[in-house]
Amino acid sequence: MPAKKLNLRKRYELLTRGMGWETTYQKMDDVFPYDSFEGIKITDWDKWEDPFRLTMDAYWKFQAEKEKKLYAVIDSFAQNNGQTNLSDASYLSAIKLFITGVTPIEYAAHRGFANLGRHFRGDGARVACQMQAIDELRHQQTQVHTISHYNKHFNGLHDPFYQFDRVWYLSVPKSFAEDAMTAGPFEFITSISFAFEYVLTNLLFVPFMSGAAYNGDMATVTFGFSAQSDESRHMTLGLEIIKFMLEQHEDNLPIVQRWMDKHFWRAYRLLALVAAMQDYMLTNSPMSWKEAWDVYFVENGGALFEDLSRYGLRMPKYHELATAEAEHVSHQVWSVFCSLGNATGFHTFLPTEEKMAWLSEKYPDTFDKYYRPRFEYWAKQKEEGTFEYQKGLPQLCQICQIPMIFTEVQTDPMQISYRVTEHGGDKYHFCSDGCKDIFEHEPEKYVQAWLPVHQIFQGNCGGPTLPEVLEWYKFAPEDSGDYIGSQDHARWQEWKGADKKVKEA
Amino acid sequence: MSIEISAKSIQPVRLSYGNLKERFGDKKPASRYQEAVYDIQPTTNFQYRPLWDKDHELYDPSKTAIVMEDWYSFADPRQYYYGTYTITRSKQQEVAEHNFAFVDKRDLFDSVPEAVKQQVREILVPLRHVEWAANMNNCQITGESVGSNFSTLGMFNAMDRLGMAQYVTRIGLLIDGNEETAIDAAKEAWMEAPEWQGLRHAIEDMFVLDDWFELMIAQNFVLDGLIFPLLYDRFEKKITIEGGATVAMLTEFMDDWYKETVRWTNTLAKVTAKESEANQELLTTWVNKWADRLTSAMEPIAVKAFGSDGINQLAEVKEELLNRLTKNGVTGLKRS
Repeated sequence: MPAKKLNLRKRYELLTRGMGWETTYQKMDDVFPYDSFEGIKITDWDKWEDPFRLTMDAYWKFQAEKEKKLYAVIDSFAQNNGQTNLSDASYLSAIKLFITGVTPIEYAAHRGFANLGRHFRGDGARVACQMQAIDELRHQQTQVHTISHYNKHFNGLHDPFYQFDRVWYLSVPKSFAEDAMTAGPFEFITSISFAFEYVLTNLLFVPFMSGAAYNGDMATVTFGFSAQSDESRHMTLGLEIIKFMLEQHEDNLPIVQRWMDKHFWRAYRLLALVAAMQDYMLTNSPMSWKEAWDVYFVENGGALFEDLSRYGLRMPKYHELATAEAEHVSHQVWSVFCSLGNATGFHTFLPTEEKMAWLSEKYPDTFDKYYRPRFEYWAKQKEEGTFEYQKGLPQLCQICQIPMIFTEVQTDPMQISYRVTEHGGDKYHFCSDGCKDIFEHEPEKYVQAWLPVHQIFQGNCGGPTLPEVLEWYKFAPEDSGDYIGSQDHARWQEWKGADKKVKEA
Repeated sequence: MSIEISAKSIQPVRLSYGNLKERFGDKKPASRYQEAVYDIQPTTNFQYRPLWDKDHELYDPSKTAIVMEDWYSFADPRQYYYGTYTITRSKQQEVAEHNFAFVDKRDLFDSVPEAVKQQVREILVPLRHVEWAANMNNCQITGESVGSNFSTLGMFNAMDRLGMAQYVTRIGLLIDGNEETAIDAAKEAWMEAPEWQGLRHAIEDMFVLDDWFELMIAQNFVLDGLIFPLLYDRFEKKITIEGGATVAMLTEFMDDWYKETVRWTNTLAKVTAKESEANQELLTTWVNKWADRLTSAMEPIAVKAFGSDGINQLAEVKEELLNRLTKNGVTGLKRS
């Protein structure tokens, strides 16, 4: 008897659903203890639409092919000293920020999705989260391998994961990741899959990966292409979970909207670091932060939320402010890094004349007016030998943990945006209404924040002086400070000089 | 004749990441396994406590009673990181795919005696639920474990179990010409038939275990140590003699998988027991507890699979497991 043919959908359903069961010796609520406390109501998990239909055998096969190609490129890059083909070694600051600030988030996502892969009650949703959990592990591991060769030839890449737990500006990504991980499963997936991966991922990925392509970093760009098909799976999951929650029960809408508002703002603040990277660290920039924001958030994000409005979901709160800030944030963040360049794990450098011309063109309303004078002033000081790094430590926002550098861009761009609230007799400080709102909704959570500056003052970071703190960070003296005159710079010149001699001969 | 390709030689300024230099020195570059899995997980300065577990920090080592001075003293002897893991499994799935296609194309199940097919439906097909549970348990281990070496191991194991649950399901479909009768019957047996209830009860109790390392022992050491040798090895051999060699072709993946898995469970037993007497005692207690419980739970299944010889077969498998664990440093195990 010839076997009947199963269509793919049915086949996938049989291979993922129906293997789980309603437990009877233990209560389902004890087996799945975490999926109800957030107040999300799920009436029928079977309504979950699998966002992608990959059985494990297909997963192994596709992913193995991608891995083989990726490692072939990484090996060849190392063998041929691909680092010498970069546009400039100052570009490495972007990679240093990436491996210390982004790669650890990939690992956090791996653990977070593994939790969901165990704790969502629906079989289909669990499998989808497991696939993402192992993909995130892939990204962490392949990033470490891709960047390993750079670590052999440049400073500042040697202890990324140790530093993620300690360094002042890395508490920005760390607190972002741990905020999501310590939330319940539905909030975690809203934060990571939707707010971050769906709405904002292009603003992280495109700047880094196109930046790599524009600056001769073949290793990173190959990783980027290789990860792209994983990312598109993750985005599909992000959209599915939102639709699923909203379709399951009308009571879910206000909860999801609040999470959307919160995690949009949280992720957006984290991306301020990316904005600085994109506009200032890249020798050749494919597009400005402002251009990327307009395309990926204003246009694409706008269309997405229009589509979601049929569920009653509106644009995240304060999105207009984020758009207004797009003219400012990269300059503000790069300024703070330059002014504290003796305490960063990557090299800082003032924008060249050429770069400033580009910035003037890309930011006609703000760069010349507000930021160029600052950089020119510092350049003059450096020339005269009077430049000094900022003394004293900056005040941090209790939520995003970025120093208080953002300004009232809608009214007076020279005025620092500063918010404060009281809780339990103590004052808490914020960079924005977005961050203040987040605190006020869950003060018990956010009073716990491990704020690097407070911790330094309390003596928990190696000692009271800057050298002691930097030593505790495992920042070697050659990791920090100006790019010009650094060991990285000297090595680069040596390679380029050697190249030149070969050409002349 | 050898030729020399002239290439630029550039001396590196360091050979590996700092954590690996501290662990292994910097005489030679670190391996890809070392780079991928060591010291990735955050260990300190956590921002917030989980809303769903206010008694613990994220990645809290106190979520298990096992204490390790260094959680990275365990290394996977297979040295799996994502790349080597997927490439290995990809090769294995190619063989499996070929076997499934061959059985399908040649209608090989037509030549399997009905009595053997019925045994497959009743003994093997319900194992899709057991593998599904193993997937959940290993996800739990991945989420709760301490150290990126453990979460990597747990993750790969979890996905393997999903893969095997899917292979078992495909056997269940293939045996009945893609009708769902066998898998429906297996689900019903899993939920209702007396011979499966002891095992299902034990597995549901495993779902609610607090200590992830105890779960590791119950699932990956003891339950797997009974089921794989008994059902994917001995039972397969038995039905092969009875005319069911076709089935063995379709479970080759599981057989290979278990042989590979034993390598890391042995190492893990050894490293954990060696660390301290307290760890050693915990391992002994947990192995005894779950070996007792799961052997009793498996008895009716063993009888169903092997008839009157079932109890004996199961006892032998248990003996092998206890001997292997003893050899790897888990002493004081209770023999029946």
